[in-house]
Amino acid sequence: MEASELRGLGGAGFPTGRKWRFVRAESGPRLLAVNGDEGEPGTFKDRYYMERDPHRFLEGMLIAAHAVEAEECFIYLRDEYPGLHHVLADEISKLAAAGLSEGTKITLRRGAGAYICGEESAMLESLEGKRGEPRHKPPFPSQVGLFGRPTLINNVETLYWVRDIIERGAEWFAGEGRNGGKGLRSYSVSGRVCEPGVKLAPAGITVKELIQEYCGGMAEGHEFKAYLPGGASGGILPASKGDIPLDFGTLEKEGCFIGSAAVIILSDQDNMRDAALNLMRFFEYESCGQCTPCRAGTEKAVKLMSAPNWDHSLLQDLSKTMMDASICGLGQAAPNPLLTVLKHFPEDLT
Amino acid sequence: MSDKINFTLDDKALEASSGETIWQCAERAGIEIPHLCYSKAPDYRADGNCRVCMVEIEGERVLAASCIRQPSEGMVINSANERATTARKMVMELLVADQPPRESSHDPNSELWHWAEQMSQTESRFPARQTPAADNSHTAMAVNLDACIHCTRCVRACREVQVNDVIGMAGRGANNKIIFDFDDAMGDSSCVACGECVQACPTGALMPAGGVGKIQADEQVASVCPYCGVGCQLTFNVKDNKILSVEGRDGPANSERLCVKGRFGFDYINHTHRLTKPLIRRDDAPPKTGDIDIDPANPLTHFREASWEEALDVAAAGLKKIRDGADGKALAGFGSAKGSNEEAYLFQKLVRAGFGSNNVDHCTRLCHASSVAALLETIGSGAVTASFNEARNSDVIIVIGAHPTSNHPVAATFLKNAVKRGAQLVIIDPRGSSLSRHASHSLQFTPGRDVALLNAMMHVIVSEDLYDKEYVLNHTEGFEQLRDHLKNFTPEEMAPICGIEPDKLREVARLYANADAAIIFWGMGVSQHIHGTDNARCLISLALMSGQTGRPGTGLHPLRGQNNVQGASDAGLIPMFYPNYQSVSDSAIQNDFEKLWNTQLDPERGLTVVEIMDAVHSGDIRGMYIMGENPAMSDPNTNHVREAFAKLEHLVVQEIFLTETAFFADVILPATAWPEKDGTVTNTNRQIQMGRKAVDAPDGVMPDWWIIQQLAQRIGLDWNYAHPSDVFAEMKQCMSSFDNISWARLESESAVTYPCDSETAPGNDVLFSDGFPTPSRRGKFVPADIIPPDEMPDAEYPMVLSTGRQLEHWHTGAMTRRSQILDNLEPEAVAHLAPNEMARLGIKPGDAIEVATRRGRIALKARADTGIPKGVVFVPFCYAEASANMLTNPALDPVGKIPEFKYCAAKVEKQQAQQQNKPL
Repeated sequence: MEASELRGLGGAGFPTGRKWRFVRAESGPRLLAVNGDEGEPGTFKDRYYMERDPHRFLEGMLIAAHAVEAEECFIYLRDEYPGLHHVLADEISKLAAAGLSEGTKITLRRGAGAYICGEESAMLESLEGKRGEPRHKPPFPSQVGLFGRPTLINNVETLYWVRDIIERGAEWFAGEGRNGGKGLRSYSVSGRVCEPGVKLAPAGITVKELIQEYCGGMAEGHEFKAYLPGGASGGILPASKGDIPLDFGTLEKEGCFIGSAAVIILSDQDNMRDAALNLMRFFEYESCGQCTPCRAGTEKAVKLMSAPNWDHSLLQDLSKTMMDASICGLGQAAPNPLLTVLKHFPEDLT
Repeated sequence: MSDKINFTLDDKALEASSGETIWQCAERAGIEIPHLCYSKAPDYRADGNCRVCMVEIEGERVLAASCIRQPSEGMVINSANERATTARKMVMELLVADQPPRESSHDPNSELWHWAEQMSQTESRFPARQTPAADNSHTAMAVNLDACIHCTRCVRACREVQVNDVIGMAGRGANNKIIFDFDDAMGDSSCVACGECVQACPTGALMPAGGVGKIQADEQVASVCPYCGVGCQLTFNVKDNKILSVEGRDGPANSERLCVKGRFGFDYINHTHRLTKPLIRRDDAPPKTGDIDIDPANPLTHFREASWEEALDVAAAGLKKIRDGADGKALAGFGSAKGSNEEAYLFQKLVRAGFGSNNVDHCTRLCHASSVAALLETIGSGAVTASFNEARNSDVIIVIGAHPTSNHPVAATFLKNAVKRGAQLVIIDPRGSSLSRHASHSLQFTPGRDVALLNAMMHVIVSEDLYDKEYVLNHTEGFEQLRDHLKNFTPEEMAPICGIEPDKLREVARLYANADAAIIFWGMGVSQHIHGTDNARCLISLALMSGQTGRPGTGLHPLRGQNNVQGASDAGLIPMFYPNYQSVSDSAIQNDFEKLWNTQLDPERGLTVVEIMDAVHSGDIRGMYIMGENPAMSDPNTNHVREAFAKLEHLVVQEIFLTETAFFADVILPATAWPEKDGTVTNTNRQIQMGRKAVDAPDGVMPDWWIIQQLAQRIGLDWNYAHPSDVFAEMKQCMSSFDNISWARLESESAVTYPCDSETAPGNDVLFSDGFPTPSRRGKFVPADIIPPDEMPDAEYPMVLSTGRQLEHWHTGAMTRRSQILDNLEPEAVAHLAPNEMARLGIKPGDAIEVATRRGRIALKARADTGIPKGVVFVPFCYAEASANMLTNPALDPVGKIPEFKYCAAKVEKQQAQQQNKPL
């Protein structure tokens, strides 16, 4: 797994093999939790794979459980995927009947529609039956996770690739990629393109390449203006920055990130001020409310961004503290769209 | 190996201990980091949510909350650089944006405004949120969520510290808010009004009702609570010689916690009924009868005001006349477990040296006399073997015949904390309580069948060979007799008697015997029976055979009732013992006291509370002095008691109100209430604590010790104490339990546990790790047989009456029913019945009913209580208008002389015509 350079495809991009090694090094009993909350706006790849090939994902999960010697696997599945609950429940019972999951208890749990529960530690809280609020780190879930036990947390798609990597070899996966990226990515492309959908493409592909090669170009009558490289929290970049390789670590210098590879394409018919406000409203709505910078910060930001004229300096100051002082990624990343719009789209703000 | 962690904070090299947070290290280093969601109060977990304590850790992407983050080796931390201070100021600016203006805020001196000022961030550039509405539904507390910063201190207070589980967080994001139960108004919720949330709140969102936060106290006085035996230390906030509010202080028993009485129950001292002038019974008053009834607001119908000089003269002359005519045996005194140790000591000394007999007792006779008798008999010491706080070290906790959530509420919080930590709680009680939901095992056995149940448990422990052989061999005696005795008490034989299935008895017996550390708490459900001493003997045997004493987390703990019942008993306010349980019938001891007190003493043991009442009826006792007790409400079969008082030739009552007992007085001496005087008290944990005067007494009212001394001087005793500390010094001469504990030490430390090994050592929390204070140094097994309750239900009186207390009211209600908040919470007399019993009787909640026994009949309202077993009616005895003790059976335990308050035959009837209860 380490040689394949597979990274966490839920959005954090942590090297998967290394994570398995960390968890395995902790003293048992250990657990595995699968993050199937897929809540980042614009992301639908996990659903895509689970609907089409649930066995590949379940097999990856059982292999991961075997690797870290997890006694029990908890699958935290987004409740907006009701059909998948039936599919997985059926397949899990078939696994047991076939004797394929012997020694590993598999528990399927419903999420309850909260974006924050896609944050791994909030997901653990939710699995424990508590309010979905992120935990402080350290300790990390690999040390103190679900019910206080060392826990491996993997995204659905990450586990989906395990079987192929084992069957086809680590070199196969690591050998994929473009513009310096390594491996494959499942881009969930939406917005003003001709053919939106899940696009399995080389890591490191640029957005322009993605639109042209995989999405049939822009939608009729739309001119490429901007894109969200990583869902709601990954920031907004102008078309002029359309040649940056889309991968972990390549977008950060622009104040953006790829996250779960939810690429949303915007056009000349979209107003960036509206987009930024819409996204801030989303964060305000989805903030768990635990910490002040996120709870009050998103609420105040929405109020400020709803005003006819934005108070740039106050928004900048607020963003800095939200990024520096929020407990989890939600609050830390919530200002990304705001800041990138301030930087790249001044014409939309007047 | 050192477990110290070396790190750098603001260019200072610091060391952290394992578990210490950055914030704590900073405070130690004199660096003040703001904090709001983090409370320094004991047992408050850091939560790291408010983010006003952010610091920069070099090499980390984001800032860290110093209150929750622990340093690691080599860490470099900046608490004062621009990045950290900018973030903290911005967080404060966000919080201030949503606050009501400081000048009109609920608490302008709140922690929030303190830190806002420190950070120069009292203004905000942000628009405010929509203001939530105020919730003034609770009589004791005001909820103003416009000041709430969502810090969850109140949630931790309610769920983790006091474990009442009323407050929770609901909603999400900016819409999240604290709620009570299912978003009920606080006054409608299951809140028990402990006020922990009010004490925890850093903003004024939760405050005592009545705008207390807007008033600046003149003075803060550290003292101790006058209600129950837990002995919570508290701070009186005083304004204009009135108690403005009360906060918990970090005492050894309470760790800053309080209950509703200790926090909100002090306005009784300013009640209009307060006695402020000595009163003498009018010559033209109607003759005394057993059903005398005087309006406490207007004593002048039966009394006339007198000067102190005249009242003391009349009081003393009446006592002296009876003493001189009958060698002292015709006088008796009831002291008080509500007074100080010094007052108790002076009172018993007055009776012994001044009246000339040992006819002195107090309400210990009504609460734990049987427990003390059993403890003295078996292990040679009548006090608890371990503090209740030891539950923190217990794996198994048995609570039998006790309702600590009502009667020892703060002690109960520590039991609940222990359960949260993982201890198993076994509740053995016919009557369920709110503690039951924390229990791993709940045994609701048949009332009065404690011995059957406990003998069966011991049978299991012996027959299954679970007893601690080494402990039994080295530290006990009489095991063989007990073992033989227990043979017939099989769980199968006992199950039909006690009503608990044999397997359940086995399970609990095994759990207790096999526990690494197990502790037993008991209350008056055990002691107030004619077999109360037997009940306690069984508990002691259970602990001895299982080796569950003398180690951390183990022990025997009778939860003492009154704030100073331990201290009053220690001070000799009991007929068979001089101070420190020294027998009055031991001539060597008698000689010592004769020498100390410079007088002749009576070698004969005196009469107990109920025996004194009988002696009044028989004409043997003709005069009494009663200080701060209300036997006309608290003693069994009060008609008999009141008739006795009516028969007395001379009765002197020293009180703060015209109690039902004072109705019968010839002279009433108005005395100080607890917050008006200095003195020490001893709680259930054997902790001697300093009570300090917080307010001046009303004009005309005198301290109890002064009054006792005035009477003493008038009946011929040469007393000249100038202050309670003089009395304490004398007590040290005859009470070895006070060794190494001086008045000066108590003044500086506020509390010291006895016994104490040196003047600098803390006292001993856990006793008897190496033998007992018995002649053989061994604990003695005393077998107990099954004795049925004195008065069993029959066709005419088919139910069982049990009496007790409520959370909001204290004892006979003299204080708490005159506390506005407490009386608002529980304003009228109620009888608790099982819902199915009510259905059978055709009674609905709130219906007027009558409860009758062979001794009397009272009218009150019915309350449905799922904790009450079928066939039982429970009546609190605090309501003068429906005095439960009119009904109770005065039959006594032969050893402890305690009456059987917990069991008598009764009937319950729906009241036909609405009868008006007299208002207080």
